[in-house]
Amino acid sequence: MGDVPIAAETQTRGTTRRSFYIGAIYGIWAAISAALGIPALVYLFFPPKARKEADWVDAGDISKLTTNSPLELSFRRNRVDGWKVFSEKSTAWVVKQPDNSIAAFGPQCTHLGCAYHWEEGKNEFLCPCHTSVFAPDGKVVSGPAPRPLDRYEVKLQGSHILIGPLQESEGA
Amino acid sequence: MRRRWNGLKDWLEHRTGVQTAVRSFLYEEIPASSGWHQVFGSVAVFLFLTQAFTGVLLAFNYAPTPGDAYNSVRYILTELTGGRLIRGLHHWGASMMIATVVLHMVQVFLYGSYKKPREATWMVGVVLLLVTLAYGLTGYLLPWDNRAYWGTVVATRIAASAPMAGPYLSRLLGGDGAVGVVTFARFYGLHVLLLPPATLLLIAVHVFLVRKHGVAPMPGDELVPKKQFYPAQVFKDTVAIAAAFAVLFLLALLARVPLEQLADPTDTTYIPRPEWYFLFLFQMLKLFNGPMEVIGSVVLPGLAVLSLILVPFIDRSKLVQVSKRTFAAAVVFFAAVGWAGLTAAAVRGTPKPDAAVEIDYSAPTDWLHLSPEEMAGISYFRRENCVSCHAIGGRGGKVGPDLTARTIHKDAAWMLEHFRRPSTVRPGSSMPPIQLSNAQLNALAAFLLKLNAQNATALENAPDFAVDGARIYQSNHCGACHMVNGSGMKVGPVLNGLAKRETRSWVVDHFGDPEKFSPGSVMPPYKLPKSDLENLTSYLFSLPE
Repeated sequence: MGDVPIAAETQTRGTTRRSFYIGAIYGIWAAISAALGIPALVYLFFPPKARKEADWVDAGDISKLTTNSPLELSFRRNRVDGWKVFSEKSTAWVVKQPDNSIAAFGPQCTHLGCAYHWEEGKNEFLCPCHTSVFAPDGKVVSGPAPRPLDRYEVKLQGSHILIGPLQESEGA
Repeated sequence: MRRRWNGLKDWLEHRTGVQTAVRSFLYEEIPASSGWHQVFGSVAVFLFLTQAFTGVLLAFNYAPTPGDAYNSVRYILTELTGGRLIRGLHHWGASMMIATVVLHMVQVFLYGSYKKPREATWMVGVVLLLVTLAYGLTGYLLPWDNRAYWGTVVATRIAASAPMAGPYLSRLLGGDGAVGVVTFARFYGLHVLLLPPATLLLIAVHVFLVRKHGVAPMPGDELVPKKQFYPAQVFKDTVAIAAAFAVLFLLALLARVPLEQLADPTDTTYIPRPEWYFLFLFQMLKLFNGPMEVIGSVVLPGLAVLSLILVPFIDRSKLVQVSKRTFAAAVVFFAAVGWAGLTAAAVRGTPKPDAAVEIDYSAPTDWLHLSPEEMAGISYFRRENCVSCHAIGGRGGKVGPDLTARTIHKDAAWMLEHFRRPSTVRPGSSMPPIQLSNAQLNALAAFLLKLNAQNATALENAPDFAVDGARIYQSNHCGACHMVNGSGMKVGPVLNGLAKRETRSWVVDHFGDPEKFSPGSVMPPYKLPKSDLENLTSYLFSLPE
């Protein structure tokens, strides 16, 4: 032991201390970055907690509705957008199906979201943007629309129709 | 692989010189005496960057207009995961930054590091202190709750009282003493658009000057070889930063930052108080009355800032040995005592709010809209300790079913029968019968019928005073004459908004002798125990308008 020069010994000690410093610096900064970064990612990517279940809105009397002859109903409903609740006008195309069930379609074409309308003479829904055509049961007849019309959940209360949340239709 | 990595590094170095720049920054030579006492500057820069980071995150979900501001802050706190933590970090980070900047300044002052040739470094530092305080002043308004609004009303009035400059300052802050949309926009603009780049620029100048003159040496440093900044001093700075961050993170996690009710300019009962670091100024104002007030509000603070800036020219001696700087130590000591004394006096002088009931709006407050009967139900629910067997929204005992589950909700009659004889209604149930009166069981059923997964946490948050107050309200049949949240009768006045109509002491005394306070009243006197009276009054005062 006595043979080891003192200078070399202090140098070794200096090297260990230096590598300890550097290790601690990297370690601490990694920990701080994680402690700030992980909550930030959670904050940005986790969806907000749902505040309310969508409420059911009375959209009007449908006792005069006849089979396969759609009616455009408008109603007001609350929409939650971030920290705001908007009361806004919505519309639905309500159709009595041949089996007497009632379907309520969302007012936007499933292609690019244009507002479609009912062609009285042809008995079909036509979108003016890219001429997508839908049958009274919402199925695509022709055009670029990728899937049938979206449907609202509906409930009947006497002769009144209650409109619930809009369900995205399935289909390629 | 390694060769490629080195190739990339060489390319980067050749095109940008970044490696040389980092090296010359890290291998800067510093005096041998440098050490733990010089960590505060780095901690301050770290806290500033953390504020910028959490500030940007808050801005992503914040609407900078009055009204919307409050709702968006509530949205961050009650609906976003991690929102409370981010706001906590920003709130406590502000306080810690001010404390750190002051500590940094005290260290430089005690060590005489402001002396020739470092006068400019010191003066830029004083400006940075003022900028830090400006963040505190402007950021205080941004949640737009009562605290923010009234605190800012006082601050802008002080600015308006300045001799000569007052009217101009007032105009600049967006109104003649009134705090409204314009003031809000100005404060927001200062807080997020003007101050941050100004801070970056000032920090750059400050650090440049530190590097230009070198870290101030101590007597004897000229005899020993210099050290390098990296890694020994960087390690010390990093450890100090880690300690500060640990404190900040724990504060954000454990100390709840309240949100009061939406700013209400018509609220005459609110007692405005500034943030703790401005309390001493607030208290000093009380020492000067009438025409002398301007001395406390503007003249003395102005002189203090001026003398702080001029410190290097006031003290021109060459003495820098810290143990011999008794005068400097005395200045720091008396400043600290004066600050602590004024702050303590301000805290002691803050009257207990009389009428105001403290409700924490940083948590969901669905309970505010329940009927008294439903609220009383919460009281019995807690008293009977139902959660020892039943879960609410996934939390609580697992013996019985989760009470927020839709499937177990029956009608009130079924519930009453079940409370009295659980095993006859549900064969095999191990639930003991609940020994309460019919009215009490009705209240319990009313609450349980209202309960769902969305409002469960809000109902848990209902404060004890309100729950107990509602129980007293219910058991004394107050609803037979009064209406609360749309339920009850209208023989007597509707009790929502009572806090705005009457004082607290009036209401308390009124219970004992209604005839005396409202002549012609048919309300019978109620002799309630003192704690019941307090809780009932607090409950009524907490009702939304």
